[in-house]
Amino acid sequence: MSNFFTSSIGKKFIMSITGLFLILFLCVHLTVNLLLLFGADAFNAGCEFMELPVIKVIEPILALGFIIHIIWASVLTLQNQKARPTKYALRNQSKNCTWASRNMYILGALVLAFLVLHICNFWLDFKFGDVANETVTQYELVSQKLAQPVYGIIYIIAAILLGLHLSHGFWSAFQTIGFSNQIWRKRLEYVAYFFAFVFAIGFSVIALRFLIFGA
Amino acid sequence: MADKILKELTLKIWRQKDAKSKGEFKTYKVHNISTGTSFLEMLDILNEQLVEQNEEPVAFDHDCREGICGTCSLFVDGRAHGPDDDVTTCQLHMRRFQDGATITIEPWRCGAFPVIKDLIVDRKAYDKILQAGGYVSVGTGGVPDGNAIPIPNDKAEEAMDAAACIGCGACAATCKNSSAMLFVAAKVSQLALLPQGKVEAARRAKAMVAKMDELGFGNCTNTGACEMECPKSISIEHIARLNREFLKAKFKD
Ligand code: HEM
Ligand code: SF4
Ligand code: FES
Repeated sequence: MSNFFTSSIGKKFIMSITGLFLILFLCVHLTVNLLLLFGADAFNAGCEFMELPVIKVIEPILALGFIIHIIWASVLTLQNQKARPTKYALRNQSKNCTWASRNMYILGALVLAFLVLHICNFWLDFKFGDVANETVTQYELVSQKLAQPVYGIIYIIAAILLGLHLSHGFWSAFQTIGFSNQIWRKRLEYVAYFFAFVFAIGFSVIALRFLIFGA
Repeated sequence: MADKILKELTLKIWRQKDAKSKGEFKTYKVHNISTGTSFLEMLDILNEQLVEQNEEPVAFDHDCREGICGTCSLFVDGRAHGPDDDVTTCQLHMRRFQDGATITIEPWRCGAFPVIKDLIVDRKAYDKILQAGGYVSVGTGGVPDGNAIPIPNDKAEEAMDAAACIGCGACAATCKNSSAMLFVAAKVSQLALLPQGKVEAARRAKAMVAKMDELGFGNCTNTGACEMECPKSISIEHIARLNREFLKAKFKD
């Protein structure tokens, strides 16, 4: 295993595993959030589930997953920049690869920026603020935030950016761990677009619901 | 059908005296180019013109001019080997260009392929990767009888597809990360699929990847640009196999 983590494929392996782990988290997150569409009781009950000890154990692992994904992404991107000291004067990349695959770092960084806002918006209040003090319920806090046009729109844009990140990332993660061949490649690409679509539309629908119909 | 004539073309070409000097783009005009002319013949015409004017001709790599040696490494109008898919620069013809067009011609841009002069780059990095493990060193005896070693047809086909790689460097040149993964994958895959090469598959994958990293190529992010520009249409499924071979070998250590 010597120098596995410094080898290019080793670093990619880390990106892949952390990325897939983050997708798993997104699945749970979206499921709980979709309960918002079914009213206050459903969502508040979903939030109770998130208080279970299992989730408490997973939370720091999740944070670690994010941190590792972001650090490795930065190292990889920096190395890749350095690998071409003189840039091309003219580049026509739209002919040979997708926009999302070329802009994974920018997409990721924008998702990160959103994440900071998102944590300030909700997580802090859930853990230490008004929700923790029981002056408002989880549902009230979320619905009032998303009904504000600025937040509603930011949340929709972030959902789309995340979808774009995954439209390449999901398939790429399997390719990285070697799980792809002539047959599976097409399948995985379709599943990637499906996931990207579900996450982008799923999170957007929630924000739209409160934007249009109010808290 | 008679070929059409392109009355005037403007060429923006990278000129660089040697590895150490700073290069720059120079603009040239060529006239009355038949659309049946190959891209390299068009450059020959320009060079004759330059020689007549007592100017230094443009240096560019070429040898076979029939798509098999892989030396004709030109980045034309923003794409490796120009606007056609699945061809080398020598197989590109002027019918792909419009009369009056401006064509930008650059050398491969990749830290591991330094420019030697004008459009010529040093691709020894690929040779070094091959020397690190792209061979079979176990005794395989004399030439075996035709069907003595059973190899499934699909494996033979895949190995043959991988073996089509001509080492042109377009994969690393076109990759946004300057990654050499397609080249390395083609070599690792070709040998790992066949009984004689399988024996050393683990050592080979580790050694070639280590050399690739050491030479300063970037990290693959699976954009797939390489397979689109590869003149031999090598598929990135071979990269998945390389990842598999490498991870298997590392986890066994
Ligand atoms: C919920 C959030 C996120 C999820 C679900 C996610 C998921 C993924 C997945 C599955 C991959 C593919 C890995 C591979 O190709 O092997 C990936 C790649 C990537 N991610 Fe993320 N990611 C997230 C957030 C971020 C953030 C915050 C950043 C950076 C600031 C980022 C930067 C990148 C980059 C640069 C790549 C491409 C690197 C590569 O392919 O090697 N991601 N992501
Ligand atoms: S894999 Fe294709 S693009 Fe890369 S060196 Fe071989 S032939 Fe050229
Ligand atoms: S000159 Fe040999 S491949 Fe183009």
